[in-house]
Amino acid sequence: MRKGPSIFNVTLVALGLAFLYLPIAILVIYSFNASRLVTIWGGWSTRWYVALWHDSAMLDAAWTSLRIAALSATAACVIGTLAAVVLVRAGRFRGRTMFSGMVYAPLVMPEVITGLSLLLLFVALDVGRGFWTVTIAHTTVTMSFVTVVVQSRLLSFDCSLEEAAMDLGCPPLKTFLTITLPLIFPAVAAGWMLAFTLSFDDLVIASFSTGPGATTLPMRIYSEVRLGVKPEINAICTIMIAVVALGVIAAALVGKRREWVGRT
Amino acid sequence: MRFEAVSKRFGNFVAVELLSLDIFEREFFALLGPSGCGKTTLLRMLAGLEQPTEGRILLDGLDISGVPPHRRPVNMMFQSYALFPHLTVEANIAFGLKQDGMPKPEIATRVREMLELVKLDGFGERKPHQLSGGQRQRVALARALAKRPRVLLLDEPMSALDRKLREDTRFELMELQNTLGLTFVIVTHDQEEAMTVADRIGVMNAGQLAQVATPSEIYEHPNSRWIADFIGDINLIEGRVASSGLGHTVIESMTGGRFLVAAEATVGAAVAVALRPEKLRIDTVASGASGENGFPGRVTEIGYLGGVSVYKVRLDNGLDMKATLTNHTRLTAQPIAIGERVRLSFAPEAGVVLLR
Amino acid sequence: MTDAAKPALRKAPDWGRRLVILVPALWLAVFFVVPCLIVLKISLSQTVIAQPPYVPVLDLAAGWPGLRDFAGGLSLDSYKMLGSDWIYLTSYLRSLAIAAMSTVILLAVGYPIAYGIARSPRRLQPVLIMAVFLPFLTAFLIRIYAWINILQREGLLNDTLLALGIVREPVVWLATDTAIIIGIVYSYLPFMVLPLYASLEKLDESLLEAAADLGAPRWKAFWLVTVPLSASGIVAGALLCFIPIAGEFVIPDLLGGSSALMIGQTLWTEFFQNKDWPVASAVAIALLLVLLAPILIYQHVQMRALEDR
Repeated sequence: MRKGPSIFNVTLVALGLAFLYLPIAILVIYSFNASRLVTIWGGWSTRWYVALWHDSAMLDAAWTSLRIAALSATAACVIGTLAAVVLVRAGRFRGRTMFSGMVYAPLVMPEVITGLSLLLLFVALDVGRGFWTVTIAHTTVTMSFVTVVVQSRLLSFDCSLEEAAMDLGCPPLKTFLTITLPLIFPAVAAGWMLAFTLSFDDLVIASFSTGPGATTLPMRIYSEVRLGVKPEINAICTIMIAVVALGVIAAALVGKRREWVGRT
Repeated sequence: MRFEAVSKRFGNFVAVELLSLDIFEREFFALLGPSGCGKTTLLRMLAGLEQPTEGRILLDGLDISGVPPHRRPVNMMFQSYALFPHLTVEANIAFGLKQDGMPKPEIATRVREMLELVKLDGFGERKPHQLSGGQRQRVALARALAKRPRVLLLDEPMSALDRKLREDTRFELMELQNTLGLTFVIVTHDQEEAMTVADRIGVMNAGQLAQVATPSEIYEHPNSRWIADFIGDINLIEGRVASSGLGHTVIESMTGGRFLVAAEATVGAAVAVALRPEKLRIDTVASGASGENGFPGRVTEIGYLGGVSVYKVRLDNGLDMKATLTNHTRLTAQPIAIGERVRLSFAPEAGVVLLR
Repeated sequence: MTDAAKPALRKAPDWGRRLVILVPALWLAVFFVVPCLIVLKISLSQTVIAQPPYVPVLDLAAGWPGLRDFAGGLSLDSYKMLGSDWIYLTSYLRSLAIAAMSTVILLAVGYPIAYGIARSPRRLQPVLIMAVFLPFLTAFLIRIYAWINILQREGLLNDTLLALGIVREPVVWLATDTAIIIGIVYSYLPFMVLPLYASLEKLDESLLEAAADLGAPRWKAFWLVTVPLSASGIVAGALLCFIPIAGEFVIPDLLGGSSALMIGQTLWTEFFQNKDWPVASAVAIALLLVLLAPILIYQHVQMRALEDR
């Protein structure tokens, strides 16, 4: 669908984006509010960022979350990409319907159910809950998202590239590593980012699957927020938004440089 | 290279059925057929990208049916070219050599040779998307040839090129095949292309080989109605053999009229006589021409094609025929006009009697 | 293969393919399917004050008699409890009602946005889609939290409304269903816009021109051509939102009131506050049963969308 944008279209998109961004903008602005009362504007200040710097519990939680997100996103990328390869390339095999069912179900499964079920598994296995159980839980939930992203790239992938590599004497595994993987890399990277964010963001599943000693950032923020609005929370949220925005811009730049990928 | 009763089925669909074929060393062989006739499947089985459901494929007497593509001494040029977009032209050409663990200096030499061979020197550092369609096609060719395969497979290698470039490329391909002395197997749906480049053509229809012969034999002596109709333009006259003697046969046309062809056939058999339009003679009735195998009719359409003109003629017995005339002189007006009464005739040697 | 070295011709091994299937399949079986079965099992158990807080415990080491004792110990008590107490039934119905209402609003809000993006210049489309998706990458919790700032009694919304003279008294926004729905619509909007965009983007402009050429006015062409052709996007988007919303916990917990709960909150409370694992499991299983049909439809749509390309 093309053609010049009509005023009607521009208005629709602008309104939609305003709705999406206004609350975030307000939050960012208020994180620089000098007043302790969140609702009253007391002038610009960075005092809440300083206060945050001394909140060691919050910083610990952030560090835990970062490590869990990085680890689980990486694992989810490996397993999720394999699953995508199976769905696109393995053709028919026994249990294929079952397989794709298992892959797509976590996408829509309500978090409370996934969280509860994983916790009960960990209890049944009698493993100590904490950092690793949360990582496993997040890997399971986020791998499906990686699969969907990678799968759609693989579907538009020209199979004759792989065939050409094999025809030129490259064994299948090496073909995947030297031809397929570099070419679908943007999708895998996008999947990693998505998985990272989902993990970094998750409250419900982490709350179920964690144990003493491993408090994630969302769990920390949640317990603070329940007690009411606090300016420090505005500050940490602003930092998180900045990190994500930088990540996205970096990814976009990398994507631009690699624009030839996908063109054949 | 030999196919022995090879079949390939995809589910219920039969792509290739009980096909046997020999391709000789240093031959330029073309697989020609309408789309969906199984010619590409056959080629992919040669490359190892598909496994035959039944039968054997032999290379130098060795069964290679189960051998994976990366262990076959056969390379393929893909229809889409399948150039690796993230690698330079050089790296693309070197790709296959690297897989064999060829030492680096040798690879560099070979890559330079190949670039020279396809007249792309100086393009080695470029990425595929910085090349034109014709240049990409040459890179694909160089990449497939770099390993000096026993057999080079070409899957519709010129379908993405424009007409002029395609014609030039045909001759370059023939020259390459001559100099390198390799076996080339090309798949194409373009009969002109197949006729030009190939030593022998295998015409495929519905998973089976309809005829395997040299281009001129296929054109001049098609072995069935289907081949005659598929290759070039043809007039088919259905009839019955009235009498046959040494080197001549009289055929009674279904639509009335008798004529003579230079062939022998069983008396009473239902046959078709194939006549190429350029082998028909067309005269105005007014000119008073006479002779054997003449049929009166009226011109219904004239197509001017530049070098030749095609005349559609409705014969008095109801048959529609096509005849071509070479335009020897620059015309200002057609010598024969639409609606004019004409007489079509042909020499007994022009007709081919088809039993199938 | 150089002309010098003739390769050893042998068959390709197939175990590589099997391994590729096995890794994700095993992972999902262990961490997704088995846990669901455990939930089912525990929902049939009884609560005790112990660790773990339920009986019977399946002890496979006890062999056959252990298995028999286990089977005999199963009960439907937890499910009976679900049926007997109104609190559960009402929270199910409430969850479904809020999910349905939010989905309809999401469609109404998301469709125009997706439509607008799909008809904007090609070059701009990826940027706009990224812009819609970007807030999703900033933490979910943050976005809900941002709305607390806005919706509270002395929040920005009331300030604005009072300043404009639209209302005289501050309106209570927080702890209402309106707040929950605003939060849901805000959080799930990208999930609605993306599938809609995906189906609208494929739509051929010339189809609308053909409709116009055949005498259909614009609104009619939209209704007769655009909407039916984006049906798959509508279904995918609606289900992708409806199913998780029905089990939502964070949004109603932070923006909603304490009087009426959504089912996700009920499950959370049963588990973390009442420590009643069997009932929490029964709540989960019942929710799963309710959502089974939508989940299956979603899977069907998802598979078809991906495999028909």
